[in-house]
Amino acid sequence: MDAFTTPLLAGTATGALLLIAALGLALTFGQMGVINMAHGEFLMAGAYTTYLTQQVVTNTDVSILVALPAAFLVAGSLGLLLEVAIISWMYRRPLDTLLVTVGVSLLLQQLAKDVFGAQGDPVQTPGWLDGFIDVFGYHWPYRQMFTILLAVAALVGLGLLLKYTAYGRQIRATVQNRDLAETMGVSTRTIDRVTFFVGSGLAGVGGVAVSLISGTNPNLGTTYIISAFLVVVAGGLGQLKGTVIAAFAVGIVTAFFTDWFSSSMAQVFTFALVVIFLQLKPQGLFTVRTRGLA
Amino acid sequence: MNDDYLEIRGLTVDFDGFKAIDGVDLTLIQGQLHFLIGPNGAGKTTLVDAVTGLVAGTGLARYRHQDLLRMKSHRIVRAGIGRTFQTASVFEGLSVLQNLDIAGGIHRSAWGMLRARRGTPSYVEEALETIGLTALRDKPAGVLAHGQKQWLEIGMLLVQDARVMLLDEPVAGMSAEERDATGELLLRIGTERTIVVIEHDMDFVRNYAQLVTVMHAGKVLAEGSVAEIQANARVQEVYLGRTVEAEANRA
Amino acid sequence: MKNVQKWGRTWGPLLAIALVAIALLVVAPAVLSPFRLNNLGKYVCWAIAGVGIGLAWGRGGMLVMGQGVFFGLGGYAMAMHLKLEASMATGGPDAVPDFMVLYGDGTMPGWWEPFRSGPFTLFAIVVVPAVVAAILGFAIFKRRVKGAYFAILTQALAVAFATLLIATIQQTGGFNGLNQFTLFFGYNLYDPVNKKMIYSIAAAVLVVCLVVVWQLYRSRFGELLVATRDAEERVRFLGHDPANIKLAAFVVAAVMASIGGALFTPITGIISPSDVDATASIFLIAGVALGGRALLLGPALGAIAVGFGQTTLSESFPDQWTYGLGLLFIIVILCFPAGLGNAWSQVTTRFRRSEAVS
Repeated sequence: MDAFTTPLLAGTATGALLLIAALGLALTFGQMGVINMAHGEFLMAGAYTTYLTQQVVTNTDVSILVALPAAFLVAGSLGLLLEVAIISWMYRRPLDTLLVTVGVSLLLQQLAKDVFGAQGDPVQTPGWLDGFIDVFGYHWPYRQMFTILLAVAALVGLGLLLKYTAYGRQIRATVQNRDLAETMGVSTRTIDRVTFFVGSGLAGVGGVAVSLISGTNPNLGTTYIISAFLVVVAGGLGQLKGTVIAAFAVGIVTAFFTDWFSSSMAQVFTFALVVIFLQLKPQGLFTVRTRGLA
Repeated sequence: MNDDYLEIRGLTVDFDGFKAIDGVDLTLIQGQLHFLIGPNGAGKTTLVDAVTGLVAGTGLARYRHQDLLRMKSHRIVRAGIGRTFQTASVFEGLSVLQNLDIAGGIHRSAWGMLRARRGTPSYVEEALETIGLTALRDKPAGVLAHGQKQWLEIGMLLVQDARVMLLDEPVAGMSAEERDATGELLLRIGTERTIVVIEHDMDFVRNYAQLVTVMHAGKVLAEGSVAEIQANARVQEVYLGRTVEAEANRA
Repeated sequence: MKNVQKWGRTWGPLLAIALVAIALLVVAPAVLSPFRLNNLGKYVCWAIAGVGIGLAWGRGGMLVMGQGVFFGLGGYAMAMHLKLEASMATGGPDAVPDFMVLYGDGTMPGWWEPFRSGPFTLFAIVVVPAVVAAILGFAIFKRRVKGAYFAILTQALAVAFATLLIATIQQTGGFNGLNQFTLFFGYNLYDPVNKKMIYSIAAAVLVVCLVVVWQLYRSRFGELLVATRDAEERVRFLGHDPANIKLAAFVVAAVMASIGGALFTPITGIISPSDVDATASIFLIAGVALGGRALLLGPALGAIAVGFGQTTLSESFPDQWTYGLGLLFIIVILCFPAGLGNAWSQVTTRFRRSEAVS
């Protein structure tokens, strides 16, 4: 039983983390066609925000609750800055945004190295997250359950935002037909910025969860970004449920491969699986069918 | 028997439950200008898309003993079936000559592909002559007028040596003179080819159609000469009626 | 006048390649110190890979973000041979590389065995990347996966490749990579004359690659590749499968990267995961973007310039090079998406135009 529950539960937590990271990516990619390679560094920013919060609010039980909104704001602001300063100048050049954000990602990593040191810093786990429950012999840490809770909260929050708010309606209109939305009086510029802020902010929240598991690290972003992108690719664009299924699938599959072989072989096999999956569903899990030459 | 015709039987295209084409039977015979008309959403373009492999369809579309519905787009083109698109799609950065030349690529060997172009192949010269763009041969296709782009696309089909040409609204947005020139061009090249034209412009249909098929809601409503179609009560009801009325109002 | 123009269009690029050849093969060895020349040799290897990236990305529109993998396949194939050559020179024909004794049980994996042969190694340097690129490209292009999806998949491949190398310390040297070579096909690697020879081989290979892409660009295949980049679906209705066109360019680019990597190994004396991982792949892209992705000489000259910039910057500010690379990406892609080579030609055409008006 142990050989099954351990990777399943740990993988679910990894999947939750990937989901938080991938939600923002899927949002900006689906709406603007922008591939943000600096998204991983927003995750890193969230982790460092957690670390800094603990330096200010020394009570770790409280500081994590302060860190969550703070990380959302910090990462969201970074994303907003990126959109305003760079992305908005590259409208309709999506493949080039990928490369520009690679540059941004390199800058942010080096900046983190210079400011915080190359080694990374530990983040204290708050007392109420320090523990585990016993599931068929697997000691499931509260931290992993917390990550899953965060992911669910992020998903529900985003879903409510998209479904019930005016912004959400405008975002969905922009995703479906940008030009039409524009003529209907939607300011797609503003919508793009809101989306970038929210998507990047979610990465910051993900960073809080990451910091609880592995502390901070200047290279933290690169660890997650590729897997998060594979999730977006496999999930398909336009619908959140594709991203959700793909995130947990990638997380759990990777965990099983890690259990059976090694973590490096798991990466290789997961990559191979995604390529094979794309043979069956080249557009990802869910897509919208259209007619014409597009 | 001459097998140079395209036979469509029971063609159905299903978009997630919505039948854009619903059991269409159609036989396209060489040497006559066959027009496909019908109101917006009748399924005309989808029919062409299905026959050229752009959307998946069920049923049968047979040309020279090959079932087109089971073939990939580029294979269908190689089988001799070419098409144009509603929005003229030529390679805007390439010259008129290069556009035509690139269309002749399927008849070249792999080795020939690796060599630079020297001179102009005779079939490209002929196509230039036929579509009347000889004087503009070295101009980038992007600067051509809308009508000239459509002619260039037809020229590319000539160079491809397409035996069946499916033209999606070739005269939309053209001036009256350009329409006439296009009609004459189609008559000229149509004698030894199977040409199908999707069209909305009723004057153009009246002047050049030799056979007309009317589609409505994914089905074939009627088929016949222009006169027969105009006399058909059901056609008048769903399609021509409105046009006649509109023309009357305009006059 | 028109004849001169036509002559220039056909032979101008060849003349430019000839100038590059003279600069690399005659001028550079005469004026540069052995140390600088060896550095230039390293940049030339990146340039060889860059020429392939120019073909795939600049002309074919495929953003290949994992060329480090192919660079590594060639680099490691060569390194395995050089490693075995070094071991066999001291330990006899059955000798095993030192690190396998150090980290493992001293037995050599079977797939190392054929790399004792020089000719097989050269064969593998060309064929292995071609086969890998063909399989991967076939899987990706046939299913019409393109654009950003393609770019991400290639980068994921680079990440997976580097991870695999690091994890297999007993077979590939792991994080340290393969180093401490002594011989290059019988030539002593410590002899400056032989180092100069290897540099000349690399420079000559770069010139050959430039001539190859020159012919490809002026061929009908080149026109078709650009057409596929600009309007893939339209090409389908010319009767071509765009997947095959892209596949051909992708395979050629992979082979060029592999040859670049194979020459990189003896020139630098080491190949390690950090030479072939995602960051290294992005580094290869940087030069191509700087020089002009769709130009003939842009990718090669850009790669050499970025290599030179990296060395110079790292010499004076060891830790700040990453800032330089990051800023380079942002400024070039944002302001000169067609590369500096093109920015220059844009300025001159504008100049010529204003001249014609006045």
